[in-house]
Amino acid sequence: MQEKINANKNWKFIISPKSNVIELNLKEVWNYRDLLMLFIKRDIVTIYKQTILGPLWYLIQPLFTAVIFTIIFNNVANIDTNGIPPFLYNLAGITIWNYFKDCLLATSDTFKSNQHIFGKVYFPRLILPLSVVLSNLIKFCIQLIVFVTFYIYYTANGVEVSPNKLIVFFPILVITMGFFSLGLGMIISSMVTKYRDLVFLLQFGVQLLMYLSLVAYPLSLIQEKLPTLSWIVEFNPMAHIIETSRYMLLNSGVISLNWIIYTVTVTIVTFLLGLVIFNRTEKRFIDTI
Amino acid sequence: MSKNEIILKVENISKQYRLGIVGTGTIADDLTRWWYLVRGKEDPFLKIGESNDRSTKGESDYVWSLKDISFDVMRGDVIGIIGKNGAGKSTLLKILSRVTSPTTGTIKSDGRIASLLEVGTGFHPELTGRENVFLNGAILGMTKKEIESKLDEIIEFSGCERYIDTPTKRYSSGMTVRLAFAVAAFLEPDILIVDEVLAVGDAEFQKKAIGKMKDISSGDNGRTVLFVSHNMAAVQNLCPKSILLENGKIIFNGETNDVITHYLSSQNRNFTKLSEIENRQGNGSLLFKEGNIKGIETQNGIIETFKDVALDLEYDLNIEKVLNFRIDIGINNYLGDRVAWVSSQTLPTNFDIKNKKISFVIFNLPLAPGDYNLNIFCEINNEIADWITGVLPFTVAEKDYYGSGKVVPANQGSVLLNFKIN
Repeated sequence: MQEKINANKNWKFIISPKSNVIELNLKEVWNYRDLLMLFIKRDIVTIYKQTILGPLWYLIQPLFTAVIFTIIFNNVANIDTNGIPPFLYNLAGITIWNYFKDCLLATSDTFKSNQHIFGKVYFPRLILPLSVVLSNLIKFCIQLIVFVTFYIYYTANGVEVSPNKLIVFFPILVITMGFFSLGLGMIISSMVTKYRDLVFLLQFGVQLLMYLSLVAYPLSLIQEKLPTLSWIVEFNPMAHIIETSRYMLLNSGVISLNWIIYTVTVTIVTFLLGLVIFNRTEKRFIDTI
Repeated sequence: MSKNEIILKVENISKQYRLGIVGTGTIADDLTRWWYLVRGKEDPFLKIGESNDRSTKGESDYVWSLKDISFDVMRGDVIGIIGKNGAGKSTLLKILSRVTSPTTGTIKSDGRIASLLEVGTGFHPELTGRENVFLNGAILGMTKKEIESKLDEIIEFSGCERYIDTPTKRYSSGMTVRLAFAVAAFLEPDILIVDEVLAVGDAEFQKKAIGKMKDISSGDNGRTVLFVSHNMAAVQNLCPKSILLENGKIIFNGETNDVITHYLSSQNRNFTKLSEIENRQGNGSLLFKEGNIKGIETQNGIIETFKDVALDLEYDLNIEKVLNFRIDIGINNYLGDRVAWVSSQTLPTNFDIKNKKISFVIFNLPLAPGDYNLNIFCEINNEIADWITGVLPFTVAEKDYYGSGKVVPANQGSVLLNFKIN
């Protein structure tokens, strides 16, 4: 009798080797939302502990990079920024690019750098890359404030810069970028668990990708100077995200609905693929890492 | 909430590991596996693989760390899991705590499982004790609310009140462990998995920890606990039932006392063919042939502290005229240090050496649990006849000798004293 009851019982959860491709356990992620908040807090609070300048480092990095870019690309190489002050132009590109880069590098390291935790307790692994993307979003917002400060400074000094009215869609663009880096990061982190080669590929790959992402020059420039190779840039979703952001923030450059649709589609596909791969990997990566 | 309800059902769990390093061979195997799966066939590598015996060199790169493990756990059970190194204990716990998934088989659970595979998981050195309590608690599956409601208790149990707002990197290692265990102790999962956490901390804290474990597992809403340990005394003290694993298989599943007896007797390798030992000194007028050391009044000859032990030696005598002789037995600990010595010479005996065998009986063996070996020495007519060192390794079993669940730490000497406190 007892056997019979147990046989028909509703188990709370079942551990088995076969995983359903679309079983994503998003409900479980929600149950662990407190952990997500604590991880975000940990990332923000601990990063510059025991440094003298502390959170100022958030601001120093993009500012110095923008200064160097301005000297090299604009003063030396004479890249035209369509009448926008080059420093502001570069700062916009760098701020946006940094968010993508930081998210991608940190999420793609998820399994490797957290194996000591993952090897001991279970919680939905998705929490960690999510916390990375969200804590970097906070950092991005701080850096955006710096950008806005300089924006106001230039306007006050009589330089004609103004945002496009499409700026209301800027948050959507940022979210798209977050999902794109999260998706890409999840795919890479899953593959790194087995093949470490990707770590090295990623380190310089990101560096190279920056040059293809229109961080310091407009799309029109590459189309004009290298018409046969400009497709490489055009097929890079990050290039459109940065070009479109600059259109919204600085009213400079071109905006194309087709390419925006392309970017959003690539983001959705990457993110979903990333989720599925990540979900498959999290069950067994601890054996191979 | 009946006690007779199965809370955890483990069915045919197996886990296969690939040995060696990840290289081009792994890619080839992965592609083969993928090709089979694409065609809807079964993974070809599941058919191969050997049992996981660490010491023998195998044919295949694939081994089964666990093979067809099945058992049921009732609500409120406290079950010990014992076995030698590499028997599959940790793999089983990792699968149960969902750190990794099994190769085949299913586990059905009717409650939340939390594991203490190692305390202090996720502690960040830069965060204060208080912040780490929250972080660690959340990693172990508690909500912020739950932690807040227990925060005072946790801090008090850890005994780190004074340091609670200091970054944990300033903590001594003992304090870190105390704080981490305190967080874990106040978890309230339906099934708690504990792996060797009691091996840390000072004596006072261990006492506290074992007490807490008992609280968790007893009482009306006693929780289900799976306890993995090498500490037989603790297992005996905490767990009425146990499972014995060997080479990835369940060898014995039942009452803890029976399981421990089985475990210890399976380790019994105290019989040695001394005649095969080549590294020996002496003129050979007497040669030891066989030796056996075993407990007399215990089950299966397990050697236990405070019980009588017999050492039987057989030898060939190759000399006619024996004017005088002595046979000495030196007992060494695992470091090779002499802990005791018995000799035919020190005893007023009229033992006849022509018997070709001699038996020493040691009453109420005072040796502490651990590994020992013997030096066997014979002198005839003032000349060394046979002298073999470091043979007949034996283990004095670790048991709850004082009936308290505690053991004398290994570094506190090689003898156990029978004592009382008035």
